[in-house]
Amino acid sequence: MKKKLRVKTSKFIDETYKISFRFNGKTYYGYKGDTLASALLANDVHLVGRSFKYHRPRGIMTAGSEEPNAIVQLHKNTSRTEPNVRATEIEIYEGLEASSQNCWPSVNFDIGGINNFLSPLLPAGFYYKTFMWPASFWEKYEYFIRKSAGLGKSPTEPDPDIYEHKYIHCDVLVVGAGISGIMAAKTAAKNGFKTLLVDEKPYLGGSTIYQNSEQFKINNQISSSWLEKEINEIKKIKNLEIKIRTSVAAYHGYNFLLARENLTDHIPLEQRNNKTRHRLLKIRAKKVITATGSLERPLIFDNNDRPGILLSSAIERYANLYGVACGEKNVLFTNNDSAYETAISLYQKGINIEAIIDNREETDSKLIKETEKNNIKVYKGYTVVDTYGYKRINKVSIMQLSKDGQKTIGSKISISCDCLGISGGWTPAVHLFTQSGGKLKFRNEDHVFIPNIYSSDQISIGSCNGDFTLDEISSTVPKTLKEFLNLKKIDYEDLEIKSSFNKSKRNIWLLPSDKIIGKTKPFVDYQNDATAKDIKLALREGFRSIEHVKRYTTTGMGTDQGKLGNMHALGIISETAGSKMGELGTTTFRPPYTPLTFGTIVGRNVGEYFDVFRKTPIHGWHVENKAEFENVGQWKRAWYYPKNGENMHDAVQRESKAARDSAGILDASTLGKIDIQGTDASEFLNRVYTNAWSKLAIGKCRYGLMLNEDGMVYDDGVTTRLDENHYIMTTTTGGAATVLGKLEDYLQTEWPELDVYLTSVTDHYATVSVCGPNSKKIVSQVIPDLDFSDENFPHMSFKNAKIGSIKCRVMRISFTGEHSYEINIQANFGKSVWEKCMEAGKEFNITPYGTETMHLLRAEKGFIIVGQDTDATMTPIDLQMDWIVSKKKYDFIGKRSLYRSDTIREDRKQLVGLLTENPDEVLEEGAQIVADIKKSPVEMLGHVTSSYYSPNLKKSIALGVVRGGKNMMGQKLIIPMENKQINVTVADPVFFDKENKRLNA
Amino acid sequence: MFVINCPYCGEREQSEFKAGGEAHIVRPKQPTELSDDQWAEYLFMRKNIKGIQFERWVHTHGCRKWFNVVRDTSNDVITAVYKMGEKPPTK
Repeated sequence: MKKKLRVKTSKFIDETYKISFRFNGKTYYGYKGDTLASALLANDVHLVGRSFKYHRPRGIMTAGSEEPNAIVQLHKNTSRTEPNVRATEIEIYEGLEASSQNCWPSVNFDIGGINNFLSPLLPAGFYYKTFMWPASFWEKYEYFIRKSAGLGKSPTEPDPDIYEHKYIHCDVLVVGAGISGIMAAKTAAKNGFKTLLVDEKPYLGGSTIYQNSEQFKINNQISSSWLEKEINEIKKIKNLEIKIRTSVAAYHGYNFLLARENLTDHIPLEQRNNKTRHRLLKIRAKKVITATGSLERPLIFDNNDRPGILLSSAIERYANLYGVACGEKNVLFTNNDSAYETAISLYQKGINIEAIIDNREETDSKLIKETEKNNIKVYKGYTVVDTYGYKRINKVSIMQLSKDGQKTIGSKISISCDCLGISGGWTPAVHLFTQSGGKLKFRNEDHVFIPNIYSSDQISIGSCNGDFTLDEISSTVPKTLKEFLNLKKIDYEDLEIKSSFNKSKRNIWLLPSDKIIGKTKPFVDYQNDATAKDIKLALREGFRSIEHVKRYTTTGMGTDQGKLGNMHALGIISETAGSKMGELGTTTFRPPYTPLTFGTIVGRNVGEYFDVFRKTPIHGWHVENKAEFENVGQWKRAWYYPKNGENMHDAVQRESKAARDSAGILDASTLGKIDIQGTDASEFLNRVYTNAWSKLAIGKCRYGLMLNEDGMVYDDGVTTRLDENHYIMTTTTGGAATVLGKLEDYLQTEWPELDVYLTSVTDHYATVSVCGPNSKKIVSQVIPDLDFSDENFPHMSFKNAKIGSIKCRVMRISFTGEHSYEINIQANFGKSVWEKCMEAGKEFNITPYGTETMHLLRAEKGFIIVGQDTDATMTPIDLQMDWIVSKKKYDFIGKRSLYRSDTIREDRKQLVGLLTENPDEVLEEGAQIVADIKKSPVEMLGHVTSSYYSPNLKKSIALGVVRGGKNMMGQKLIIPMENKQINVTVADPVFFDKENKRLNA
Repeated sequence: MFVINCPYCGEREQSEFKAGGEAHIVRPKQPTELSDDQWAEYLFMRKNIKGIQFERWVHTHGCRKWFNVVRDTSNDVITAVYKMGEKPPTK
């Protein structure tokens, strides 16, 4: 017979709005306002999943974000499917589709359930102990462990949803919109503070909003009615922003908080298009008021995990908020007064209660009397010792507790039931407080950790501060707010409170059983199947630190992060090990409080925005001409220009040949450019480069090498003296920003006396480099007014010129060893100058070349690329570039380090040329270099840094670093590869035109 | 993520700044006259304090100015911010 589980209408549920949804392939109905959990419960579905290790049937346990069991897979389609969604949080919508996780073939018949019977073989640390030996077997074990590990399935296709990030600055942030949070938000906002109030639930008011009992009154009104009026009032306050469905994930230093605002998870899929799904709020608040409430604790006894066992407060919430009875024959088991609140709520709704089992013997609160008045049987001084029913609880057996609470006495009484509510008291939700760096203290009276020392301008109020009851809240919250916000007078100072709640509690971390502990399964962490037995075993095996016990037993390591069971784990450890709770401390609470989707974390930084890139002013031409691009720093640089289906090798060979035979053209705009001005500019260059600069004439260019203070090569480039006190420095493409930063550092901190100003002008100029024997003919057509004769315009010099009416700077410098010119022009004219050069070069077969050809050409000349032929361990001496290190200069950055005992060693790795025995064999960059392959272990002498087939030399060439390479000229070495050895000879790194004749050709 | 009060721009997010290590390490005026050990002391040796530390920061995504910060490394509380060349606070 179908049970009638919808009870008296709740104002939070719209019964005129019926919604159909599917769970495990079956269609059910619920109402607008239901969560998946409340709708399933209304349909008498408790069994929703299987536990992680033993695959035990599990049901809905809670009604909030602390849920350990009812986590489901949402949606069927491969791009939106989402694992580990808490059924207690997701609001139902038309078409919602959910299924159970961690079970196969189905939640009702799960093969993994056999683990439950094998559980004596699967104690804590089972995997650690079993799969350690023999070590070589690990790969075989791993396959099976990975297969059985993990919950749910991740999507396999890109996420179609939109996510975004938003910064919020406010005076006061209030986290949690329960009664304390509402009071705080109203007080702050009414007193002129720009206030933000957030709550993870879709409604305001926390648990007081459905506290409809004559037993709890504020100013002579039922507490929920009073609060409702307050909520209506705060909605009208202008400087108060309220965000529901917004969960604070992290609380960092300096009151920086991250929150996830959920915008579309509660509406049908087809209505979500083009809407932002989640928004990550980055909140910087001057003051933070934490009012995150508290979480009810379960009780730890044998088989406390069956479907149909819920927290007592959850049963109350389902009845009052959703109008759903969790069962028809309810039993409550408690150690405090909370369960009686539930009992009264259920009674009011006409839901049957079979019995209440209270482990306290003497209790006399008004709530209990009220309950007993309604003819509900209360067993005082009793405990539940076992539960029955595989997929749904059907019976509990109870026994009397001994005076000390350590044993059971008397005989068992059985009570049949279909739902058991448990209440072990309350745990303040101090997660955010501790994340922020706050220190907790342990309150012995009721066994709770509460905030003690704050690390920033913040305060915890209400039950997250250990003030659980209405009268405690009314006596502490207004006072605290007044002080914290520095106000003279506030509302709420004289609230009239009626609260029937009695604070007495009988705390027994692990309830006794008539069985020995080895025969019981008292679950502490439901999701990870960690039992009290496992914790005791860990202690027996010598674990003492709670952090170690946590990891060994996996207690608190699930997606719920132990929100329910952690306190019991601590309690059991402290009892067993005989240490005090306060001294034991807690495990670290880490962000996020509840899991975040990857989409939320990433926001809009996806696709083309994942990593923005820089384009030169000539980029469009490269794209039109089908260039392949390579990433250099943040830049997209033309890599090579394949023609007629050429592959990279063929294109590069053609480009390299053309550049030496006639003319090549390169977009060099990405090189870093720093404008240096000031009366001490020459002196400054003297100090930052290894060579001398004072005597460089105006209009001349010079190559410079920059070191770090440790003597290692940092950057290189050509610097031109534009005027007496004006230079333009070029840096490597990738190094531009760090070089400027480093130079600024020295200028501002070490040499503030120098009159020098640095300005980055990288983006201001486009640079077109034309090289080759015909380069002069080409550029002189583009700039007809300039005298390009060698006398007027020799190598390593610069001229101001004009193209039409546009000024440009022309440098005659060369990175290829060819006669070449670089035209620097205002960036927006870059493409037109490039096109002019292409036009003028037509008759000379001018060939655009990319970075790969540039690298090949410079390698033929033995020019280094900082970062490819060097790493942070190469001095100029190691590079055989002694010529550039001034002996005369008194000091420059890195000079002193060049003769440290380590840098003068003869056997340092040094840059050399490498020629293969077979001229057609091209080495692999990164390949190791050895001398003696037979020696064991093989001694690695160095590695190949650059390697190409040179079309101009018609042979393979390479650069490499070799230990003591400088003195190994002509020596034979070996490059061992996977399936062969390549014989090479150490050579001069300059392979082509050693006399530099071509620069003036 | 903390907030740094740049002496030139005012309070800004930490993400606008870059840390530059320990402050008040002066580059020797005559490096060539130092022994290897003395030079190594300047070059490599840095304190790593749990507690109050004097450090250099630069407002990279702002005014690009270097300045000094007194920060407690155990809780990131910044007790003083002062310009290059200014004397460190004594308390």
